[in-house]
Amino acid sequence: MNTTNNNQSQTLTSPLLERLGEALLTIKNLHANINGKEILKGLDLTVRPGEIHAIMGPNGAGKSTLASVLTGNPAFEVTHGSVTFQGKDLLELAPEQRANEGIFLSFQYPVEIPGVSMVNFMRTAINEQRKYRGLDQISATDFLRLMREKKELVEMDNKLANRSVNEGFSGGEKKRNEIFQMAMLDPSLSILDETDSGLDIDALRIVANGVNKLKRPNNASIVITHYQRLLDYIIPDFVHVLYDGKIVKSGTKDLAFELEERGYDWIKQEVEEAP
Amino acid sequence: MAEDILHEVTQADYKYGFTTDIETDIIPIGLNEDVVRLISAKKNEPDWLLEYRLKAYRHWTTMKMPEWAQLKIPEIDYQSISYYAAPRKNAPKNLDEVDPELLNTFNKLGIPLEEQMALSGIAVDAVMDSVSVKTTFKETLAEKGIIFCSFSEAVEHHPDLVRKYMGSVVPHTDNFYAALNTAVFSDGSFVYIPKGVRCPMELSTYFRINAMNTGQFERTLIVADEDSYVSYLEGCTAPMRDENQLHAAIVEIVVQKNAEVKYSTVQNWYPGDKEGKGGVYNFVTKRGICKGDNSKLSWTQVETGSAITWKYPSCILQGDNSSAEFYSVAVTNHHQQADTGTKMIHLGKNTSSHILSKGISAGVSNNSYRGLVRVAANAENARNFSQCDSLLLGDKCGAHTFPYMEVNNDSAVVEHEATTSKINEDQIFYCNQRGISTEDAVGLIVNGYAKEVINKLPMEFAVEAQKLLQITLEGSVG
Repeated sequence: MNTTNNNQSQTLTSPLLERLGEALLTIKNLHANINGKEILKGLDLTVRPGEIHAIMGPNGAGKSTLASVLTGNPAFEVTHGSVTFQGKDLLELAPEQRANEGIFLSFQYPVEIPGVSMVNFMRTAINEQRKYRGLDQISATDFLRLMREKKELVEMDNKLANRSVNEGFSGGEKKRNEIFQMAMLDPSLSILDETDSGLDIDALRIVANGVNKLKRPNNASIVITHYQRLLDYIIPDFVHVLYDGKIVKSGTKDLAFELEERGYDWIKQEVEEAP
Repeated sequence: MAEDILHEVTQADYKYGFTTDIETDIIPIGLNEDVVRLISAKKNEPDWLLEYRLKAYRHWTTMKMPEWAQLKIPEIDYQSISYYAAPRKNAPKNLDEVDPELLNTFNKLGIPLEEQMALSGIAVDAVMDSVSVKTTFKETLAEKGIIFCSFSEAVEHHPDLVRKYMGSVVPHTDNFYAALNTAVFSDGSFVYIPKGVRCPMELSTYFRINAMNTGQFERTLIVADEDSYVSYLEGCTAPMRDENQLHAAIVEIVVQKNAEVKYSTVQNWYPGDKEGKGGVYNFVTKRGICKGDNSKLSWTQVETGSAITWKYPSCILQGDNSSAEFYSVAVTNHHQQADTGTKMIHLGKNTSSHILSKGISAGVSNNSYRGLVRVAANAENARNFSQCDSLLLGDKCGAHTFPYMEVNNDSAVVEHEATTSKINEDQIFYCNQRGISTEDAVGLIVNGYAKEVINKLPMEFAVEAQKLLQITLEGSVG
């Protein structure tokens, strides 16, 4: 890996960093296929509580695949490697168990569910999470209070909450709705898959504000993005470059600026020239 | 993934599969004039009714089972069925006198009579097999002149009303099953709402098939006189068994001038097992007539049960400005087959009808919508809107739509829309990612899909119907 720029680039699985705190998520040598085609080819990543990790990289590098694999999308098959989340073997868990363990994915393309109101959808989701954690169902009053509070957080229109899940929402509204759901479910690890795509600057600011307000010492985020733009609003602790199914370079926020300026070609060259 | 879903659906068993050990009074199998006479005699019927039954029987012997439906119906040996079964004990006067076994059955179904009486304000005419076991709230209704009783009681106490209206909407010659029902019908419900009376409560009948090898031939007659209103609920579940059961009911509704009738059904007869063994054959003729001007009839049905369903709740719009609605959710799973829909016959002027049909197919089932909209030559300004949606779960099931339109008047506006969609794996995963299991996700999505119809049901039925949809499709996607 890059050795000329040590202050920006670190190997996150180094023994030094591991001692800094208990990891929330540890991915080791992860390989995954879709339709028999290998997309992830030995990915390593460690995320600790309180951290924001940005994953950048060219199209087709495997960014969204990483999000899908972590959340258990059945279209993908893990062929090798391990993922530990809060001490549990994540790959052993069903998608809904992973969600209830505290992993949240803000989808790049949120789906529409006709006829299912946001209120009903969210109440079901919250109660499933509570059931999983051995808690009673949420009372109607508490639920409505929570809805109100979180709607304000993402500046979401009251009307949206009464409509069917994502049905007829604009691109920006869908993304805002994702962050609203994230606020409702209060995950310990949130994965934002290209949340900035298709957003105008105001929507981007609102979404980023929402994410920032939800940041706490005991939760973490993985922000998958194509552009540095989002990182003006959500300041990452680490920036990783994903290329050809592996993380090939890691650094701080400055790496994102460098990528914005120089593109990805120099990374590709570095990877190809590496012994 | 879809395969897993399918697999799981096919694993879901019928939740209401149990039988109760109540002694029943069964006559030997087979059908002939003597059996018809025996049924009539057991019920102490007047001669005119016996004659009517015999006329229907003789006509039936000249008829053949209809074969036009999109159904594969195994051969039925009508001589191997017993045509009458009644609980043996005398009718009880209060709950203490009701067979504890029967009460237990109702409790298993979640229909505690006592609770219903106390809490929901619904008058329950609970039909156990062929004879009414318990009728409630009769006194309250009687004060308003409303008659709500078993068909047999109506024959005994209100013969003129029965004689006037019985067969006036569904004549005994109407079809094979209607003729059969008219010949051998056992019991059912009778409702009469007098002029100007608004029925103060939802009228409800729970049906239950409970004797081995016994065909069930209900007969319901509802008459809403001028300016009256009634909402009638019918719901049923049936116990598990191996033998196929024949169920051929008739429902007739007469709606007079300015009157309104709402008829809601949740049907959950035993659908057969995963391999398609057993299950109820449900061949029902339901029809209403909007006889007077400005009359209104609405059918709402949630059909989740039966191995084979052949059912077209229909309406004859005879009065000027009359209107009719048909809202339907039909779910088929495993080997179930349903051919269901409606007929809207526009005769009067300025009549309107609205059809909303939501079909859901899973497993290797087949689900067909069949609907007729007919506008007669004199039916000026008739208006119809039909929407038929189909939702497929998996790729081994079938959905079919057969709309028929016969428009004989140029002023008519008849519209038909149809859609077919599949439950999307992305939708399921989206729900999963929010912590919702696949089973619950299917329930959520299906109930969302069917919401427009479910919302038409009275409150207490809507809740039951939602649960039923989910139970029927349990594990259908995974």
